[in-house]
Amino acid sequence: MTDAAQPAPQAARARRRIRWPKALRSAPLIAGALISATIILLAIFAPFVATHDLTQMDMPNRFSGPSAEHWLGTDNFGRDLWSRLVYGARISVTIAIIAVTLSAIIGTVIGLVAGYFGGWVDLLLMRLTDIFLGFPPLVLVLAVVAVVGPGLLNVALSLVIVSWTEYARVVRSTTLSLREQNFVLAARAIGASPARILWREVLPNSLGPIIVLASLGLGTAIIWESALSFLGFGLPPPAPTWGWSLSYGTRFMREDPWMSIISGAAIMVTVLGFNLLGDGLRDLLDPRHQTRGKS
Amino acid sequence: MPLDATAPPAGAADTAPLLSVEDLQVHFPIRAGVFQRQVGSVRAVDGVSFQLGRAETLGLVGESGCGKSTTGLALTGLIPATGGAVTFDGARVGAARGRDLARYRQRMQIVFQDPFSSLNPRQSVRDILRAPLDIHSIGAPAERNEQVLAMMRRVGLRPDQAGNYPHQFSGGQRQRIGIARALMLGPDVIVCDEPVSALDVSVQAQILNLLADLQEELGVAYLFISHDLGVVEYLSHKVAVMYLGKIVELAEKADLFAAPRHPYTELLLGSTPSLDPRKRHGFTAQSETVPSATHKPSGCAFRTRCPLATDRCASEEPPLVPREDGRLVACHHR
Repeated sequence: MTDAAQPAPQAARARRRIRWPKALRSAPLIAGALISATIILLAIFAPFVATHDLTQMDMPNRFSGPSAEHWLGTDNFGRDLWSRLVYGARISVTIAIIAVTLSAIIGTVIGLVAGYFGGWVDLLLMRLTDIFLGFPPLVLVLAVVAVVGPGLLNVALSLVIVSWTEYARVVRSTTLSLREQNFVLAARAIGASPARILWREVLPNSLGPIIVLASLGLGTAIIWESALSFLGFGLPPPAPTWGWSLSYGTRFMREDPWMSIISGAAIMVTVLGFNLLGDGLRDLLDPRHQTRGKS
Repeated sequence: MPLDATAPPAGAADTAPLLSVEDLQVHFPIRAGVFQRQVGSVRAVDGVSFQLGRAETLGLVGESGCGKSTTGLALTGLIPATGGAVTFDGARVGAARGRDLARYRQRMQIVFQDPFSSLNPRQSVRDILRAPLDIHSIGAPAERNEQVLAMMRRVGLRPDQAGNYPHQFSGGQRQRIGIARALMLGPDVIVCDEPVSALDVSVQAQILNLLADLQEELGVAYLFISHDLGVVEYLSHKVAVMYLGKIVELAEKADLFAAPRHPYTELLLGSTPSLDPRKRHGFTAQSETVPSATHKPSGCAFRTRCPLATDRCASEEPPLVPREDGRLVACHHR
């Protein structure tokens, strides 16, 4: 007993010396992370969380309102809104993650190359970016979806087309400042190839802004996906997209507003969560907020 | 140890200089207007020539903006030279491509002034020091970490700090890391670009001693760039004084400090505070304004500040010529 108790005070002292990471002291960041994590978990475990079959209609109970049987009530066909909500999360989150990942990869590669090599490479790539930025995004997205047809991957790809430019511009500007840093010069002096320099020296120091953009981008992508569904360009029914529920629910606003309110609230909370996460990460990763040595 | 392999045998008499620089020029274009036409150029380095032998230190001194750092960057190939010839160990460097250029880079390294921006904050010391070995495939991959630890010991860092990141070190320690990185490839020449200017005086001495020890052990030559004459005097064998992109005087250290010949050298030495009031040089500049490298004065660039300036200085540029005592001076009057 005494032997076991011996190291305890030391351990306690060690524990007290642990500084809480700054991340855990920012309320918006925690809230954003919790909301985002909840939505993503709901999306992943949708089959286990859903209480009813998606297409199971219960006509006598349509527009039932929240009850023990249907937690969030039912829609115009008597389908369970809770179940449709969590499956809707699955669609929104999947599209958002695909769109953001592809945009970030494409934009980052273009930004790194344009910023590092400069000259006509930069000119060419940045004018290309300007061309994409020149189109009104909604028109561009609608045009792409109209051409390639609705579908999960197609919607995601159409979002990539409007969102990769942001990453390209931000990464280009961080690359421009990083390539003048002495550690990049030193890497060149020891004979590192441009690819190695971009991958090992520039990219790791550009990750902060990319991560911030990506988490904000998830929110934006979800809004886009909902807007497309709202306009009828998203996944076709009976896919339980939030945008479609919101749009279709407006027809029954007078008799029963739940259908629109629930899906609208889902969109709002999700986007809020990702935006809080993004803003929190921005504060956390902003070099001006970083203090060395001090907590 | 690959480091020992590249060091010259002790006592080997080298007649040909290791590094020979002739008429090196670095001009930066100035562009203006809608079409970015070139309207002029900044002649940062404007015809610099010198030679550097094995295990030798050449101090390169001058005011801020005189082109000394640019000279160092151009020699290491980090900015392109616009003219001149660099011969390294008997081979023209300008013509080097691919594998030859890689060889040259391997043998010519650089240590930067700022110990904070010269190390990637996202890499541990081990990553930083391993990179040169990985890039040039030196040694078996499994042994590279051993080499890193050996180098850390050699420059006075604790090997158990190999996993630490740059922000966990002091300025002096970071500069040791920078020196270690430059040494990993076993170079013959290291360009030291103001390596101690950002450090406290007590730490400066430690780093200077380290550089001196490494030179003795490894036979590496330094091009030691600094504006601090005291530091240059401590470490250099020969000293070159630069003014507006040109060398105005090049001499053995003892000669230069005992009796500066070029008026600018005299001015520089006179501007160093000395503890001995009798040692003060009775020489002051005519003007404190340094002409810009875009619009250099005609003839001798220093004439606008020189007390000895005559009409000849305005019309005729003095060449850098050898004098009877072996030093090179570019002045009509001295």
